[in-house]
Amino acid sequence: MKKSVFYGTLAVAAVAAGTLSAQTLAEVQERGSLNCGVSTGLTGFAAPDASGEWQGFDVAMCRAVAAAVLGDAMAVEFVPTTGQTRFTALASGEIDMLARNTTWTFSRDVDLGFEFVGVNYYDGQGFMVPRDLGVSSAMELDGATVCIQTGTTTELNLADFFSSNGMSYEPVPIETNAEAQQQYLAGACDVYTTDASGLAATRATFEDPSAHVILPEIISKEPLGPLVRHGDNQWGDIVRWTLNGLVSAEELGITSANVAELATGTDNPEINRMLGTEGEYGAMLGLDGDWMVRVISSVGNYGEIFEGNIGENTPIGLARGLNAQWTDGGLLYSPPFR
Amino acid sequence: MATITDPPSEGFRLSQLIYDTRYRSLTIQVVASIFIMLGIAFLFMNVVTNLQALGKDFDFGFLGNRAGYDINQRLIEYSNNSTHGRAAMVGILNTLLVAFLGCIVATVLGIFAGVMRLSKNWLVAKLMAVYVEGFRNIPLLLWILVIFAVMTESAPQPRDFRGEDASASMILFDSVAVTNRGIFVPAPIWGPNSGILVAVFLLSLVAIWAFRRYAHKRQEETGEILPVFWISLGLFFVPSILAYFVLGQPVSLRYPELAGFNFEGGIQLRNSLIALWFALSLYTGAFIAEIVRAGILAISKGQTEAAYALGLRPNRTMSLVILPQALRVIIPPLISQYLNLTKNSSLAIAVGYMDVRSTLGGITINQTGRELEGMLLLGCFYLATSLIISGAMNVYNNSVKLKER
Repeated sequence: MKKSVFYGTLAVAAVAAGTLSAQTLAEVQERGSLNCGVSTGLTGFAAPDASGEWQGFDVAMCRAVAAAVLGDAMAVEFVPTTGQTRFTALASGEIDMLARNTTWTFSRDVDLGFEFVGVNYYDGQGFMVPRDLGVSSAMELDGATVCIQTGTTTELNLADFFSSNGMSYEPVPIETNAEAQQQYLAGACDVYTTDASGLAATRATFEDPSAHVILPEIISKEPLGPLVRHGDNQWGDIVRWTLNGLVSAEELGITSANVAELATGTDNPEINRMLGTEGEYGAMLGLDGDWMVRVISSVGNYGEIFEGNIGENTPIGLARGLNAQWTDGGLLYSPPFR
Repeated sequence: MATITDPPSEGFRLSQLIYDTRYRSLTIQVVASIFIMLGIAFLFMNVVTNLQALGKDFDFGFLGNRAGYDINQRLIEYSNNSTHGRAAMVGILNTLLVAFLGCIVATVLGIFAGVMRLSKNWLVAKLMAVYVEGFRNIPLLLWILVIFAVMTESAPQPRDFRGEDASASMILFDSVAVTNRGIFVPAPIWGPNSGILVAVFLLSLVAIWAFRRYAHKRQEETGEILPVFWISLGLFFVPSILAYFVLGQPVSLRYPELAGFNFEGGIQLRNSLIALWFALSLYTGAFIAEIVRAGILAISKGQTEAAYALGLRPNRTMSLVILPQALRVIIPPLISQYLNLTKNSSLAIAVGYMDVRSTLGGITINQTGRELEGMLLLGCFYLATSLIISGAMNVYNNSVKLKER
């Protein structure tokens, strides 16, 4: 194995050797930790806190999977990736899954050979400008200098938006969110564009957030979700149903506070199937029966994760909006555990 | 009487391949090349197997697809409807631009600093030593980021130029604006007849070259020295300026003006270009300074003394005796500095300069998922560029190197 890694690295870094087929679960369990790709730092979604521990909405997704397969939500090795390095990292096996505000698109799903397991945040691309620029609509941005993170779908949406509206702009390509923030605050660009959630998260870290406005136009659909490599269906299923489990748990009222009590058995068969008191759902995934109990007791359900990291009571202050349960007029709709 | 003994007619034995010095080196070479070929075959198979495992093929067709992204600095026509191949070309030209500009400034800086470091003036020599050691011993990436950060943070925003009580103003008779998005300089507008002006300028360059040849020849024959520098200077400026007014000022300048969000109408030298250009020049210049210093020190003191004994003045000694000999020591390492500079320009990604590494090797690979193809093309481009540069410099080296007669 060591030898093949050595030669594989020699051959081409991008197609590093290693077992790319259906053994991710066994590998992760043998390693004892989950390698999870996250962003290089976006407050609320994935960023290290004051004590150096990763926190955030995407981080919680990694922790949930680690809790399911390893029984320990802290057994995650976080790999910070930029917009440009994330896909190579996943394709080469450096990370087991990617949870990094990544938009689900046709070409990424089909051509790049990845598998999006679902959507954990329905987003859209927006624009942020300083308030004293006096701009109130994206249609007034003709001739503006725009900071964009390179290697993202925002880059392509931006080009489409400006050319379809007959406007010109000057793109300033930037590698990470932190650099973009610095350039934007220094006034090296008039506008910063990325997913609206990212704009809100970035604005929350500014000294004076009220001096910046997010323009009303949302110019694209950006369904963000975790993804894994093509070809390992078992692993894909585990990540997919961990996500679905988080969403279902909120719908069914299972929280980190009451999960232990509910796990002893309830009158609701779906809760029983999820928490392992009825049926062998965990074993079908190659896990034990308590997998979902561990997930929810360590990170909470979808709603708890949302409120704790990016919700209205946090500095980022995002409303649930499209990300509410379908019963509340949102788009979150988990397939049933049956 | 001589007995002729037949040479022992022994057949070829297999052990000779190892024990017989006539065959041994051949054996080793054959075995080694078999191993090398096996190694290459293994790597090749590895790539093929892994590509198959990933479900990918090997195809350069993506170069013909629509790129979909915009590039800020374009030397040729390009829009987001152009192809990935076109985007790669834009990147290649940007790489070559910064490499070309960098090589020129690095050479000028390097020669200046190298000569100055040998100065007898203590302050000048020490200042140059500080420059050389400072830039040579700190990573290039840091210098790029430092220059970029200083320009972004300290220069005013375009907004600051606006209004009655603007906090920033343009310099050089309101023609140049230094902003944190780059430096805006006037752009020339080529009117009718401007072609003639260019032709006159080119002709005066030819005239300078011809005059220098003539002056050299005349000095060889008669020993008379003509004031070459002043006449060259005159030839450089006078005909072009005369033609400019005779033709009715065909070339005018368009000054940058504040319009909307930004300055418009001039040429924008983006911060990313300036930061990369200067960092590369200063860094490589420090190495070139040491090469120049070594070249000059390599010429023995006796040469200078002999020239003085013949009555040559110090500047003529330098240009006629020392430098021609020093050049043959200087040129070969200078070539590798040029190659270094060109390859180091791929650090452009750090400041968002859209070179070929950022377009083909960055966004295109990211959008199409063609890492292997993209990286191979990128490698081939840098290889070809380096070989062309060193080929051209070798031609020059051959012309200045010691002629053995």
